[in-house]
Amino acid sequence: MAHFITSPAPHVHSGDSVRRNMALVILALMPAYIVSVIEFGCGALITAAIAVAACVLTEWLISRFMLKEQRQSIGDLSAVLTGLLLAFNLPSSIDWWIVVIGAIVAIGVGKMTFGGLGQNLFNPALVGRVFLLISFPAQMTTWPLPKGFETSYVDAETGATPLYFLKHIMKTGDTSLVEQLPSLRDALFGVMGGSLGEVAALALIIGGVFLICTRVITWHIPVSIIATVALFAWIATPAGMAPHTFIGYQLLSGGLMLGAFFMATDYVTSPMTAWGKIIFGVGIGLLMMVIRTWGAYPEGMSFAILIMNACVPLLNRFRPQRFGEKKK
Amino acid sequence: MKTFHIGGVHPHDNKQFSAHQAITECPLPKQAIIPLVQHIGAPAQAVVEVGAKVKVGELLAKAGGFVSANIASPVSGTVTKIGDMTDAWGATVPAIFIDVDGDVWSPEIDRSPDLIHQCTLEPKQIIDKIAAAGIVGLGGACFPTHVKLLPPPGKKAEVLIVNGVECEPYLTCDHQLMMEHGEELIIGIQILKKALGVDRAIIGIENNKRDAIEHMTRLANAQLGIEVMPLQLKYPQGGEKQLIDACIGRQVPSGALPIEVGAVVDNVATLFAVYEAVQKNKPLISRVMTVTGKNVQKPGNYLVRFGTPIDEVIALAGGVPNHTGKVIGGGPMMGRAMDHTEGMPANKRLSGLLFLDEAECQSHEPENCIRCGKCVQACPMGLEPYLLHRLYELERWDEMEKHDVMDCIDCGCCVFTCPAHRPLLDGIRPGKAKVGAILRERAAAKAAEKK
Repeated sequence: MAHFITSPAPHVHSGDSVRRNMALVILALMPAYIVSVIEFGCGALITAAIAVAACVLTEWLISRFMLKEQRQSIGDLSAVLTGLLLAFNLPSSIDWWIVVIGAIVAIGVGKMTFGGLGQNLFNPALVGRVFLLISFPAQMTTWPLPKGFETSYVDAETGATPLYFLKHIMKTGDTSLVEQLPSLRDALFGVMGGSLGEVAALALIIGGVFLICTRVITWHIPVSIIATVALFAWIATPAGMAPHTFIGYQLLSGGLMLGAFFMATDYVTSPMTAWGKIIFGVGIGLLMMVIRTWGAYPEGMSFAILIMNACVPLLNRFRPQRFGEKKK
Repeated sequence: MKTFHIGGVHPHDNKQFSAHQAITECPLPKQAIIPLVQHIGAPAQAVVEVGAKVKVGELLAKAGGFVSANIASPVSGTVTKIGDMTDAWGATVPAIFIDVDGDVWSPEIDRSPDLIHQCTLEPKQIIDKIAAAGIVGLGGACFPTHVKLLPPPGKKAEVLIVNGVECEPYLTCDHQLMMEHGEELIIGIQILKKALGVDRAIIGIENNKRDAIEHMTRLANAQLGIEVMPLQLKYPQGGEKQLIDACIGRQVPSGALPIEVGAVVDNVATLFAVYEAVQKNKPLISRVMTVTGKNVQKPGNYLVRFGTPIDEVIALAGGVPNHTGKVIGGGPMMGRAMDHTEGMPANKRLSGLLFLDEAECQSHEPENCIRCGKCVQACPMGLEPYLLHRLYELERWDEMEKHDVMDCIDCGCCVFTCPAHRPLLDGIRPGKAKVGAILRERAAAKAAEKK
């Protein structure tokens, strides 16, 4: 008698996989990465390579020798993505050993201590980034200015980011500084100072829209962040500046686009339901603007996301709309 | 184009193998094995004895309770044994074994091909005839049809919804039935409308069956109170609650029956059976089954008498293909994988046989949940499958109940969509059984207290 395979239904699968989702996010980061290499040159290449390699190696060492796991999780590409996102959050001219420390903290503390992929409460790349920001404040806020493709890794000309000027304008009301800002057009195309991956707003938006279209992420988080920031900026526009200009700078500078599309939407550390995601996004937008306006740091995206990460278990209590709950 | 409003997935429909294959009659078997459990509810009680001679259509077993169904003889011959059989999933079921002798039909059955349009029976008489014929929902659940036609006191049906969706991938039997027996279906619909006292019927058909939509629309246009509603392709649109939502925009509340929103849903195959029972005096003794799969030699739609060993149907379709990994009774989303096919008879429940080759059956090791929320987006009942699975692992039955595990319809959307290949339903199904048992216990305790 012939016996066949038995298993519970369903017997077909969508073909989706963890690796596919990670690969699509990495692909979506490529336009911004290419802009970054064009703007910052070799530094962008080297920093990203070190960050990715250090993240993958850290994950491999920990799961092999500390957790003694049989199955390796390297193949799911999540460590590669963490490395790339960490690099995106660093100045391109930063010393290589700082990148390595950041990667070890990101994977070691941010991810593996919780039990690996899916278990961590905080976005690993941001854990690494914030650790570096607190430990190496000078290096982490020395921004190389874009000069077109630069072949040397060090000695780039450095300067302040638009956020520095914005903060000053907000604090002092001195709108003469507006002239020091890069044009909005430059901000859109990434011709300004900033961390490796955050400068090219347009390229990040293209990548984000790609992720929404391929259903890797949903619109809820990025749209609610962007809408909240825009609304806050509109209300808080300093005298002497046109609201749309101020909103434009708030949206296009710093880590906002990178955070909204790629960092806040991290599956593991964001809510599961539509309403949870919207509240999460609004919370990030509000916290970020509060830090940008009154905080000690010029940029608050990383802190805003990490704080809201901590709220995710609570936000997951927002149920999805059950069938039959509203309509009759 | 309309569809249901929460969740859903888009599996490949793979209907190309057996679509548009004319319904072929399967030859009579030498021995028929008729299980007495072919429906939801109590097993039917045998009314024949060993040695009895039976004709096609004669009663073999009568309904064993209010929710149960008669079983008529699908063949003529001699009853040789009344005892247990083991089905393809290892369950032991009481059954009647008949040695087939010719094909002698009970005389009151009208076997002519003529259409009979007129039905002068009263609603009560129609429902009695349906009950006598042993008709059950042929869409998969096998709920006795006559029970659905008797709304509880205080409830009134407003609309009959006819399920021509066939949302399970691969299956095409309902599609082909609409193409070949559309006229009978329309008469069946008018009969059920009369039985229910409603003046409106909606036939829901998914948009991947354009020819059926056109054909049924043409037939329905000549009638009063029947409309065809094309529906956007999305699984599980054929789920009763989803179909009602899609067709009339009303959502049946948790734990309630469709009649709560004024709807009664019946499958097209059920309506064809209603036509045959009421107009032709023919009880439910056969159904159309789809035999399909990419390696099946002659995939198609076969009219099979119940009790026919499925091996004979498989032989008709060219035999079990080489390198078959799974044989599935039903479709790939909700069907059950059979351990073996020997000795398994066709019955009211079996809408199809699907052969998947070994490559299509590769199982993936589950990975960690990455909390992507795709199962929550996919769930057509608005549940949180990841959470229910976790609560099952923790054995937190009260919390599973609070998170509405009893609303799960077993459609498989969550498992289908999970990128980490987590076996979510393997926790949700037993969890649902456990919570169901707790609820019944509680209800019993409450009833005892009242006394």
